[in-house]
Amino acid sequence: MESVTEFMSMGGYGGYVWPAFGIVLFVMALLWVASMRGWRNSEKILATLRNSRREREDVAE
Amino acid sequence: MSMHYFANPARFTRLAGRIQPLAGCLAAILLIVGLYLALVQAPADYQQGETVRIMFVHVPSAWMALFCYSFLAVASAVALIWKHPLADLAAKASAPIGAGFTFLALVTGSLWGKPMWGTWWVWDARLTSVLILLFLYLGYMALWQAIEDSQKAAKAAAVLALVGAVNVPIIKFSVDWWNTLHQPASVLRMDGPAIHPSMLWPLLIMALAFKAYFVTLLLARMRMELNLRRIRALRLAERSS
Repeated sequence: MESVTEFMSMGGYGGYVWPAFGIVLFVMALLWVASMRGWRNSEKILATLRNSRREREDVAE
Repeated sequence: MSMHYFANPARFTRLAGRIQPLAGCLAAILLIVGLYLALVQAPADYQQGETVRIMFVHVPSAWMALFCYSFLAVASAVALIWKHPLADLAAKASAPIGAGFTFLALVTGSLWGKPMWGTWWVWDARLTSVLILLFLYLGYMALWQAIEDSQKAAKAAAVLALVGAVNVPIIKFSVDWWNTLHQPASVLRMDGPAIHPSMLWPLLIMALAFKAYFVTLLLARMRMELNLRRIRALRLAERSS
């Protein structure tokens, strides 16, 4: 327990070290999720558009 | 192999589909190892104490800030000169990633500066030029948004990117050219790194993790931009038919 407290305190600089690591991981995670979500959404929209086009072409034939 | 081998969007999509998951896994593994080494294994600095651990996220972020911009500028040049059909997408895709890392370099630098320099911020050449870099990224992204015609937007953004590239060497050499609180380069030096291996390894692993992360997101964002381009074309064709 003592070693955990010691680790968290970072020699008294915990208030600077942890926020620095925290914000890096937070921003990287945010950008990751946003990018992946954007890409998957675009795949879905494209697939729907292509499907409806194909269906209409089938009907036309 | 000619440069235009990868200009084929279908070929790019196939290749990206294979590389993206690999790069993503690599980024996650390297990040976990890097964080462990940075927070647990690496020793505290004899001058800076535990605050030196901030270096393991600050320095790779700052490297990525410059790397992404260099990538963006080269891709813009390729788009302008050779009209490579994927180059402007690559440039556009890299901008938010670069902006993110520039922001992180500034914030982590501030969190390191407060305990070590006694101030969150100084208006010296290094910090100011990095702040300008952040504004360049934001301006670049805003320009894409502002111009409706995507071909015109690509051209204007590429010109801005190339003009802004002047800032890259200014940032790199700012610590040598002007008086500053910021310490000079200790890894990328002509006569080898001036940093102990126990700190160099975690730093390099974190840097590699950020690179793999960049590749993963770049590919995902490029595939998204390609899809959006196809979606626009399909909708346009539908409207005219």
